[in-house]
Amino acid sequence: MHIPDGYLSPSTCATMYAASAGFWWHALRKTRRQMMGRALPRLALMAAFCFVVMLFNLPLPGGTTGHALGVGIAAIVLGPWGGMLAVSLALTIQALFFGDGGITTLGANCFNMAIAGSLAAWGIYHLLSMGSTAMSRRRLVAAALAGYGSINVAALLAAIEFGIQPMLFHDASGAPLYAPYPLHVAIPAMMAGHLTIAGLAEALMTAGLFGYLRRNEPALLGLAKSGLAKDGLATDATPKTPRGLWGGLAVLMLLTPLGILAGGAAWGEWAPRDFADQAARAQIASASGNHAAPAAVPTGLSKLAGVWTAPLPDYAPHFVKSAAFGYFLSAIFGVGIILGVVWLAQVFTGRKGEGTETDTAEKSEERER
Amino acid sequence: MSAHPVARTLRGFSQALARTLVSEDAAHARGLLQGIDPRVKLVGMMALVVASALSHRVDTLLELLAVGVGLAMMSRVSLWSLARRVWLVAFVFSFMIAAPAMFLTPGVVVWRWGWLAATAPGVHTAALLVLRVEAAVTLSTLLVLTTPWMWLLKALRTLWVPVEVIALLAMTHRYVVLLAETANQMFESRQSRMVGRVKGREQRHMMINTGGVLLSKTMAMGDEVYMAMLARGFRGEVRLLAEFRMKGRDWLMGAALLMLAVAAVVAGR
Repeated sequence: MHIPDGYLSPSTCATMYAASAGFWWHALRKTRRQMMGRALPRLALMAAFCFVVMLFNLPLPGGTTGHALGVGIAAIVLGPWGGMLAVSLALTIQALFFGDGGITTLGANCFNMAIAGSLAAWGIYHLLSMGSTAMSRRRLVAAALAGYGSINVAALLAAIEFGIQPMLFHDASGAPLYAPYPLHVAIPAMMAGHLTIAGLAEALMTAGLFGYLRRNEPALLGLAKSGLAKDGLATDATPKTPRGLWGGLAVLMLLTPLGILAGGAAWGEWAPRDFADQAARAQIASASGNHAAPAAVPTGLSKLAGVWTAPLPDYAPHFVKSAAFGYFLSAIFGVGIILGVVWLAQVFTGRKGEGTETDTAEKSEERER
Repeated sequence: MSAHPVARTLRGFSQALARTLVSEDAAHARGLLQGIDPRVKLVGMMALVVASALSHRVDTLLELLAVGVGLAMMSRVSLWSLARRVWLVAFVFSFMIAAPAMFLTPGVVVWRWGWLAATAPGVHTAALLVLRVEAAVTLSTLLVLTTPWMWLLKALRTLWVPVEVIALLAMTHRYVVLLAETANQMFESRQSRMVGRVKGREQRHMMINTGGVLLSKTMAMGDEVYMAMLARGFRGEVRLLAEFRMKGRDWLMGAALLMLAVAAVVAGR
C-alpha cells in the first residue's frame, strides 16, 4: 500500500500533495493550540507507536500473517485530525528514513492511509458505537470495523490512483508510462489482499488494542467518567443525556409541515393513480428529463402497490383535516415507534439497567479476550 | 515452539535499528555530499527525483541512475550495501508488479515462450517502471544516507514545512527507536518464557497484548516527555537553531544538481 516513487505521474503526485495539504493545514490549525501543550509529545509518540505497530507480524486465522497500519486505533484515540497527523508523521519517517513509500508519492500515501483512513475509521467507529455503553460488544465490533474500513478505503484509493495512470499517461503507441494496469485490473488486484488478509489484520489489531485500552486505560478512549472507570471497575452505563440531540429532534418534528411546501411527488414515489392523472404525468415528465411516463401503469407496480396499505396514508389519518397537523402527528408517531423499538431491544438484550451492566460487561470482555 | 511471527517481528526491529545506526555512520563520513549544505542537498536531490518521475525515456533514467551511482561513490557510500538494501529490494518489488505488463500490453511481439508473448510496448513500460523506481530510490536514499537526520529536518524549513511539523518529526524519529527497542525487549522477555508449541490464537493474543502494553507505555511516556519539556523551560514555542551557512561549493553543487535535473527533464520528454 506504500506507493513507491515512479508509480504515479508527477501531476497525480502534485494533485495528491495539494489535496493532503488542505487536510494537513486544517488538522494543524485544529491541533495547534493543543500542540503547544501536552499534545505535542503525545502526537509524536502516537506516530512512533504507529510506526512500530506497522512492523508487527500479526498471526491470522488460517496460518498466515499480516501487518496492521494502526490508523484505526490512532483515529479512535486522537480523533480524526490528530490521527491523520500522527499517521502522516509515521509515513513521512518511513518514506524519508526507511525508503518505505516514495518521496514524490508521500502526498498520495498520506492521503490514502492517514487522511482518508483516519476519517473512515473515526466515522465508522462513532457511527456504529453511537449510544452504546463503554463495555458493550457493539463498541468493540465498531472498533474492529473501523480498522477494517480504514485500510480498505485506503487500498481502494491507492487502486484508483494506480488504475487511472494508464488512462491518462501513455506514449504515442499507447504504452503506459507509469503504473501499467487499468482500473478493472488494479482494483480487484489491490482489494483482494486488503479485503481479506490486511483488512483482517487491521480489524484484529484495532479491536485488540481497543479492548486492552478499554479495560486498562479507559480515559484514553474518553470512556472514563470517574475514578472507578479509570480502574476499569465501572463503565459509563448511563451515558450522558444528549440534550442537544433531543432538542434537535424536537425542532425537526416541529418543522415537518415544511414538507408540504415541496410541490409534486418525490421522484420515483409515484402511485398507480398518478399515471392516469394528466397533471401528475406532466410532473413526472418534467422531473425525468422530459421523458414521458408510460401510458399504462407498469404491471409490476399495479400488482404490488396494493400489497400493503399504510395506517397513515400520505402522512395524515383520515380524520385529520389539516395537512400540517397531520405531518406533525405523523412525526410524533414515527419517533414514538422508533423509541419504543429501541427501548424493547434494550429490555430484551439486557442492556437496560445499570446494576447488571458492569458484571455482564466484565464477563463478556473476559470471554472476548 | 512455533514463534515464527515473533521471530519475524524481532528481526524487523533489529533490522530497523541496525539501519538507523548505519545511516548515521554514512552521514558523518567525509565525502562529496556530506560536505554540502543540507538545504542544497535536499532541493537538488528532490529535483533529481522529480526529474526521474517526469522522464519517459529509458536512456535518461539510466543516466540518472548513473549519476546516483557516481554521487554514491564520491560520497563513500558502499555500493554493495546500496545494492543489497536498496537496488535489490526495489528491483524485486517493482519487477513483480511490472512483469505482467510485458505480456498484457498489446503491441508487436518481441519474445515468445509457448503461450507467453512479450510485446515491445510492454517491455518498454516495464523497463520504465523498474528504472524509474531504481533511480528515484537511489537518489532519495543518498540524500538520507549522507545527511544527519536533524540537519535534514531543519533543511525541510526551506520547503516551507511548518516548524511544529519539524519538531514533531524530530520527536517521532527519536521515539521510534526507543519504542522499537522497548517492543524488542518485551518480545525477547516473552519469547524467553515460551516453551512448547504456541497456537496461532495464543500468538495473536500475545502480539495484541504486547501492542496494548506498548500503547499504554507510549501514552504514559508522552506525559512524562511533556513534564520533562516543561522542566526544561518549554513555553509552547518551538524554535530551531538555524546554523546553516552557504559557501561557494554549496552554490556550485546546487547549480550542478539543478542543471542536471533540468537536463534530465528536457532529455526525458
